Amino acid sequence: MSLLIYAESSEGKFKKVAFELASYAKKVAESLGTTVTAVTVNNNNVSDLSKYGVDKVLKVANDKLSNFSAKAYADLIVKAAQKENSKIVLLSSTTDSLYLAPLVAVGLDAGFASNVIGLPVNMSPFQVKRSAFSNKAFNITEIETDTKVLALAKNSFGIVENQSSLSEENFEPTLTDADFNIKIESVEKGSGKVTIADADVVVSGGRGLKGPENWGMLEELASVLGAATACSKPVSDLGWRPHSEHVGQTGKPVATNLYVAIGISGAIQHIAGINSSKVKVVINSDPEAPFFKVADYGVVGDAFEIVPKLTQKLKEFKAANS
Amino acid sequence: MKILVCISHVPDTTSKINFINGDTEFDTNGVQYVINPNDEFGLTRAIWFQEQQGANVTVVNIGGADTEPTLRKALAIGANDAIRVNATPTDGFYVAKQLAEVVKNGNYDLIICGKESLDYNGGMVPGMLAGLLNYNFVNSCIDIKIDGNTAKVTREIDGGKETVSASLPLVIGGQKGLVEEKDLRIPNMRGIMTARTKPLTNIEPTTATIASKAVKFEKPAPKSAVKLISSDNLDELINLLHNEAKVI
Repeated sequence: MSLLIYAESSEGKFKKVAFELASYAKKVAESLGTTVTAVTVNNNNVSDLSKYGVDKVLKVANDKLSNFSAKAYADLIVKAAQKENSKIVLLSSTTDSLYLAPLVAVGLDAGFASNVIGLPVNMSPFQVKRSAFSNKAFNITEIETDTKVLALAKNSFGIVENQSSLSEENFEPTLTDADFNIKIESVEKGSGKVTIADADVVVSGGRGLKGPENWGMLEELASVLGAATACSKPVSDLGWRPHSEHVGQTGKPVATNLYVAIGISGAIQHIAGINSSKVKVVINSDPEAPFFKVADYGVVGDAFEIVPKLTQKLKEFKAANS
Repeated sequence: MKILVCISHVPDTTSKINFINGDTEFDTNGVQYVINPNDEFGLTRAIWFQEQQGANVTVVNIGGADTEPTLRKALAIGANDAIRVNATPTDGFYVAKQLAEVVKNGNYDLIICGKESLDYNGGMVPGMLAGLLNYNFVNSCIDIKIDGNTAKVTREIDGGKETVSASLPLVIGGQKGLVEEKDLRIPNMRGIMTARTKPLTNIEPTTATIASKAVKFEKPAPKSAVKLISSDNLDELINLLHNEAKVI
């Protein structure tokens, strides 16, 4: 039984989380004395998977799959798991992977654990640690079923190089019309912008920025850091920024390497959504702002003075260190 | 149109998260329970369908008698009737199997779940329910319109949104956007009074195996205090981010 991972691509290229997932799977496979098989969809250039320990790849090429269909993708992952007799199926925590994961679990009659943040703590019974209570606690989940499905939280394991020799195989699972029952009518997607989901750094603004016209300095800072921009709930409720940028408990979750909060006081609902970010920096004029309690680094002062200065200094730093 | 809204009974966001019995159980002492926020957005959208398109809205929860005030609140907000499956919601798969029975017995056209609950954050019930029923499923929904037998649903994707059409019956995993926060309803006195006499049916669970369980809980290690950097010394911030945190 090989472990199976779904290595997610976007526009024919692997997402970074696919490499993190492969790294994680390799480590689990080593402890079980087995191998890692990846299944990919419409990705011709799979050789990079060998850098992260994948032993075999099942390549699915099918024009019908050029648009994401959760049911079709779940079906092909189920079929790949059955073909490889995989007892552990691993997925990333992207929007699409989390959409299809429960369908895979039903297809394999498998227990499912999401938000997994570390290697299994025990193999028999099978136990993994996951985050819960909006990152305010962890729980050890024991999966009782023969087959297990896990979704690995982003940035929880990291990318680890581990060269393997990769064998490639074309895989043509039978898909049915029912797999494509849901028809895509339109897609709106910002192009060329770093998305919150993919970003390693997120720069986020709150009501302290006083108005949408002041977002220019935040965008400039984001651009120097290669960051995505985000905002707090009041900012999106006021219509200063689009809803898609709202991060927090009822908005998008953020699990980046670096989260920079500017003019955000740090309401508990906001912190719940961003708390799994590794390093948190806060810039706020109010030294009593609750964000200072959860941040790693803080600057007390006027964002309108600090942000442009920081941007300038970062530009110089990047120029000197590139 | 018959709509079923699945309700999780969860600790309020501001609750203190503590564990008892050797960290094997959540400490409910002093905890205020609420309708799971993602479910409340879905419930409010369902009430909109009730008012605008004549839908009948049933709410359902898997839980003990102590969860009934949460269902009564949903009735006070405007749901027509409620079902409580008298069981402990051990894991998502178990809950989905209980809900699948309720759906089969009730012939619902639209089943609205929150995309995840704010306690265990499993995010698995809506998809598992759809998988068990073999119904169409759209997750992370931020808008839904229904015309006859067809739903137009908008879902969040990484970096944007996507609108799809799907025929009923349909299961959705909903979130903020189905309605906005300002559209959420606080039950008024009349709603609370009528909720007392609306039907709340208790049913016994169907037999289902437990796929997983939480065996132990941990709280994060206490965080070290924030390092404050003077606004006149931003070079130090860059230095710390580069050399200490190693994130730039």
